[in-house]
Amino acid sequence: MFIRHETLERNAFLMLVLTLLVISIGGIVEVIPLFTIETTVEHVTGVRPYTPLESRGRDIYVREGCYTCHSQMIRALRDEVERYGHYSIAAESMYDHPFQWGSKRIGPDLARVGGKYSNDWHYAHMANAQSMVPESLMPHYAFLAETPLDLDDLLPRLKAQRAVGVPYTDEELANARADLLTQADPAADNAALLKRYPKAVQVGRGGAEPTELDALVAYLQVLGTMVDFADPANENLRQ
Amino acid sequence: MPTKIEKDSVTGQMTTGHEWDGLKELNRPLPKWWIYIFYATIVWALVWFVLYPSIPGLHGYFHGTTGYSQRSAVDQDVAAVTKQRSAYMDRVKALSFDAIRKDPQLLAVAQTAGKIAFANNCQPCHGAGGGGNPGYPALAAGNWIWGGTLEDIQQTVTFGVRSGLDAARNGQMPRFGVDGMLKPEEIGQVAAYVMTLYGKPGGNTVAGEKLFAENCAACHGEKGEGKREVGAPRLAGRAHLYGDDEATVVAQIKNPRLGMMPNWNARLDEATIKSVALYVHALGGGE
Repeated sequence: MFIRHETLERNAFLMLVLTLLVISIGGIVEVIPLFTIETTVEHVTGVRPYTPLESRGRDIYVREGCYTCHSQMIRALRDEVERYGHYSIAAESMYDHPFQWGSKRIGPDLARVGGKYSNDWHYAHMANAQSMVPESLMPHYAFLAETPLDLDDLLPRLKAQRAVGVPYTDEELANARADLLTQADPAADNAALLKRYPKAVQVGRGGAEPTELDALVAYLQVLGTMVDFADPANENLRQ
Repeated sequence: MPTKIEKDSVTGQMTTGHEWDGLKELNRPLPKWWIYIFYATIVWALVWFVLYPSIPGLHGYFHGTTGYSQRSAVDQDVAAVTKQRSAYMDRVKALSFDAIRKDPQLLAVAQTAGKIAFANNCQPCHGAGGGGNPGYPALAAGNWIWGGTLEDIQQTVTFGVRSGLDAARNGQMPRFGVDGMLKPEEIGQVAAYVMTLYGKPGGNTVAGEKLFAENCAACHGEKGEGKREVGAPRLAGRAHLYGDDEATVVAQIKNPRLGMMPNWNARLDEATIKSVALYVHALGGGE
């Protein structure tokens, strides 16, 4: 352990060996926990892949950089648990690639924003946040309501998610476009959609085609709602 | 090229014995105080490894001798503060609204708790102090859609409005225009009459008044006074939900927007909901 500085300075090979040793310790400490992830991520019921519309909404969330002001990580701290609800658990973001935990908390945490406000509120708030919350700093996203959602690359996007581990079935991929249109039309029959994706919230304001805002609202409305913490099956979440 | 290790005459440091083109390298190790602090942090890390959850294994991980977990820590924090509050909140939950209002101290605590929960959950739609927003009723004005007694407010907050629950306030309004129940010119006539209810000039309203009596009065009342049993908003007077201009009224008759309010029983406990009701009731419109 106590090798003299002078010895190190004069022996390039020894210095190389010791440098590799130090770096490998750092690397091992970072990598080994990933090998045991199966035993450290708790298993809960209810978490499902995003619906096609939610998934596209999530893409827009990432594109607009929502994570630069909003976190999706309710920490295990009393004030956060009292304000936002049950602390976030790892399994809730297991189908997020990449996860949107974030660390900048300029706006409120969004991990459990699903169902907290009505769809109408989200539409009004996205167009002009200050119209609903006068003291808000949030920029206006009215253009999202005027931008039709690009559906051409829907399937490749979902397949890419599947390639990194999101378990979309062939049936879900085959029905992706239909499910998306159903979810974006409040008047459509959503029985098949709910069978594939429980708790999916229908959005839309009766427009001809889905907009990017429809997708974003659908995504926001499902955040944090998948796991039912009152369900006894999810009682033992403590690691 | 190696040379003799010697003392450098300028700095007083020893050289390493390396020399390049007459430049000699000094042997200047890190300061001793720095080295020892570094070693101390390594020792400290080892102690930390033993005390706290650290090394992962194949079946779980080493929990540390203290057994610390962030999750049980936050559970304890919440339990401690819940116990502290229970002196009041248990009574808020157990007592009737009348009994709470007879105890000034308990009422003050409940209204403070209600104010905090309101700011977090209700204010984004209903505005600070319950001032309301277009489409989101003002709560301070006494112009209640579903009733303004404490029990009414508790019911509305608990189950929401058109939230999807059977117990929710599930009022509906027919789509007079979209479903062809009224012709476009008839909608214009009704709207003109509704404008007079709002106290604005509406022109010739004889036809509109007749159509209103036939189509709207059953829910909104003969004079537009509203009907709380079905959640039909009051139309007479200056209060309005979406707007008091004719275009808004026409749009509303044609294809009504039906706002929804979430049910809060999934997010807030009963004592908190009662506290919110007590706070909202005291905003200026309580009955």
